[in-house]
Amino acid sequence: MSGILASMIDGLLIGSVYGLAAMGLSLIWGVMDVINLTHGAVIALGMFGMFILFTAFAVNAYILLLPVIAAGLLLGLVIYWFAVHWVIGRSQLSSLLSTFAVNMMIIGIGTAIWSTSPYNVNFTLRGFTVGAYTFDGNHLAAAAAAVIIGLALELFLYRTRPGKAIRAVADNREAAELMGISSTMVLALAFAIGIALAAASGALISTLFPFTILSGAGYQMKSFVVTVLAGLGKPLGALVAGILLGLLEGAVTPFIAVSWIPLIEFGLFVVVLVVFPKGIFTRATA
Amino acid sequence: MKRLVLAVFVLVALFAAASFAQNLTIGFTASNTGAMNVDSVEQYRGFELWRDQVNAAGGIKAGANKYKVQFVSYDDESKTQRVQQLYSRLILQDKADFLFSPYSSSLTATAAIVTEQYEKIMLTTGAAEGKTYTLGNHYLFQMFTPGAEYLKGVLDMLKTKDPKAANAFVYEDSSFSVAVVNPAKAYAQQLGFSVAFSEAYAPNTTDFSAIIDKVIASKSTVLMGGGHYADGSTLAKQVYEHKVPLKMITLLVAPDSDKWIELGDAAVGVLVPSQWEPQSAFKAQYGPSGADFAEAYTAKYNAPPSYESAGGYASGLILQRAIEQAGSTDTAKVAAALNATDITTFYGRTKFSTAANDHGLQVGHAMVLAQWQKDKSGKLVKQVVWPLAAKSANLVYPIH
Repeated sequence: MSGILASMIDGLLIGSVYGLAAMGLSLIWGVMDVINLTHGAVIALGMFGMFILFTAFAVNAYILLLPVIAAGLLLGLVIYWFAVHWVIGRSQLSSLLSTFAVNMMIIGIGTAIWSTSPYNVNFTLRGFTVGAYTFDGNHLAAAAAAVIIGLALELFLYRTRPGKAIRAVADNREAAELMGISSTMVLALAFAIGIALAAASGALISTLFPFTILSGAGYQMKSFVVTVLAGLGKPLGALVAGILLGLLEGAVTPFIAVSWIPLIEFGLFVVVLVVFPKGIFTRATA
Repeated sequence: MKRLVLAVFVLVALFAAASFAQNLTIGFTASNTGAMNVDSVEQYRGFELWRDQVNAAGGIKAGANKYKVQFVSYDDESKTQRVQQLYSRLILQDKADFLFSPYSSSLTATAAIVTEQYEKIMLTTGAAEGKTYTLGNHYLFQMFTPGAEYLKGVLDMLKTKDPKAANAFVYEDSSFSVAVVNPAKAYAQQLGFSVAFSEAYAPNTTDFSAIIDKVIASKSTVLMGGGHYADGSTLAKQVYEHKVPLKMITLLVAPDSDKWIELGDAAVGVLVPSQWEPQSAFKAQYGPSGADFAEAYTAKYNAPPSYESAGGYASGLILQRAIEQAGSTDTAKVAAALNATDITTFYGRTKFSTAANDHGLQVGHAMVLAQWQKDKSGKLVKQVVWPLAAKSANLVYPIH
C-alpha cells in the first residue's frame, strides 16, 4: 500500500469525527442563527464524560456514547435556558458573547476539577494491517459511530415530527408558529441536539487521543471550517465536508510538513467564504 | 508601665526581625497544570526534598549565620506569559533571595530575561537548551547537560550496533527539542548515517498518524525525537499501535518518568537520554550518595526519582554549597562561588562555564542512556545501557 493511500485512509477516518463535531455547530447556527461558542468546551466535556464513565464502568467505550449523548441533551437544555433563550432575536453579537461567557465558565470549572493536564481513555480495539500500514480499531469504530450518528440525525430531521418542526422553524419561524409549532420548544430541542452532537464527538475523540479541558478549542476551529464548507444548517453536509477535510489533510500531508495544515485549512476557509458563501453543496444563485 | 510596654514591643520587634533574617527565600514557578505538569512535579519534589532535609539538619550555614530555607512558588500553567509575570512578582513582591528555574527550556528562557534584569541568581534545571547562556547573562547557572549533547551517546552506540541504520527525527517544535535534534542530525551525518526523515510537530499535537505514515514510507529503521511527556508518550503509543517496524526508538524526557510504565507494551524498548539514573554510581564529594537520595525520595513520594527530581535536588545542593563557600547570601559573593564550583555530587560532576560567550553553561555534567526493558519476572524496568562503563544491562536491539 502506498503512503498516500494510507494517509488518505487515516484522513478519512479522522475526518468523519471532524464532521460529527461540526454537525452540532451547523445545526445550531442554521436553525437558530446562533454562533455557539460553547462548542469547543462541550467537546471537551464529552471527552471527560467518556473518561469518567469508562473509569467507572470499564465496558466497551463505544457503548458509553449513549449516556454521553443523553447527558449532552440535558446540558444543552440547561445552557439554552441559562444563556441562549434570552438573546435569541437580538444581534448575533449578543449570542456570541453569551455563549462565549458560558464557554469560559465551563473551561474555568473544568480546569478547577481536572486541571489542564492530559487524560487518556485506555481502551483499544484491534485494527487491521495492510502491508507496512496498520489502522487501529479505535479509529475505525469512531468513524463508524460518527457516520451512524450523522445518518440518525438526518433521519430524525426528515422522518420525525420534531425533526420536521426543527426544519420548519429554521426555514420560517413565524410561519411555523402559525402552524401551531412552539418555536421556543423547537429551538431548545435543536440546541440540545447540537450540544449532544458536540459531546458525542468529544467522547469519540477521547478514545483516539489524549486530551485536556482545553482540547476542544482546536476541534471548534475545525468545526468552523467544516460548517462553512458545508453551508449553514446542513448537518449531513457537515459530515460529508468533515470527511472531505480529513481526506484533504490526508492527501497533502505526505508532501508537506504537518505544521502547514492549519494554513491550508484556513486558506480554504477564506476561499470558500468568498467563492461559495453558501457552502460547496449549494449552487450559487444570481 | 508605658516604658515596659515599649521595651516589650521593641524586644518582640527585634526578635521577629532576627528570626525573619534567618530565613532564605527561594522563588520559582512549577507547572502544576498544563503540558509540562508531569515532569515539573518531579522537579518540584526534588526541590522540596532538598529543602526538607536542609531544614531538618538546621539550615544552610553561611558564616556565623544559619538560614532556614523557605519556598515561594506559583503555578505557571506551563505558559510563558505566566512565567514572565510570576518571576517579576517573586523578585519584587516576594523578595526572593535566589531563584530556581521553571521546568522546560522555553519557560526557563522567559524567566531568565526577568532574573537577569533584576540581577538575581537563578539555578536552572529541567532546561537543557544552551542558547540562553550565549546571551551575556551573569547570574544564570545551568544544572543540565546542554541539549546538543543529548543524542550524541545514542548515535555513538548505534554506530557500534548498526552503522547502516536509517534515522527518522520526529520532534516537538520547541526550543529544547530543536536545540537537541539539530546538532544530532549533523552528528548523525558526520558518523555516516543517513537521515531518512525529519519533521517537527506542534507542541500540542495529539494525532501523529500523518507523521507515522511518513516515517513508514521513508523506510526509516530507527526513530529519535519527541519533546516532553504529553507528546512523547502519545507518539510512542501511536507508533506501537501502528506497528511501525522500527529497530530502535529514542525519545527525549518522557520515558524517564515513572508514569512511562502506564503505556504497557508500547513502553518496551524505548530509550531515553538521561541526566541521571539511580544506578549512576558517582562518588559524592558533597551531599548524600545516590542510594541515600533515591531511598529518601522513594520513602517520601512512594515513587522512584526521575532525573528531573535529581536535577531539582542537585540545584538546591549546589546553591547550598555556594552559599556556604561564600559565607554569605550576598548575590555577588554567591555568584563568585558558583563560578568557582567544580564538584561531584550524587548527580555527577557540576561545573559552570565562566567564559564570556557562554557564561553559566553546564560543562562538567555527562549523560547516560537508559532503556525500558522487561526483567525476568516480566516487570518493566529502566536499565542504563550506555556508556558501557556505566551500564546495568545490555542494550536490546532491535526492539521487535
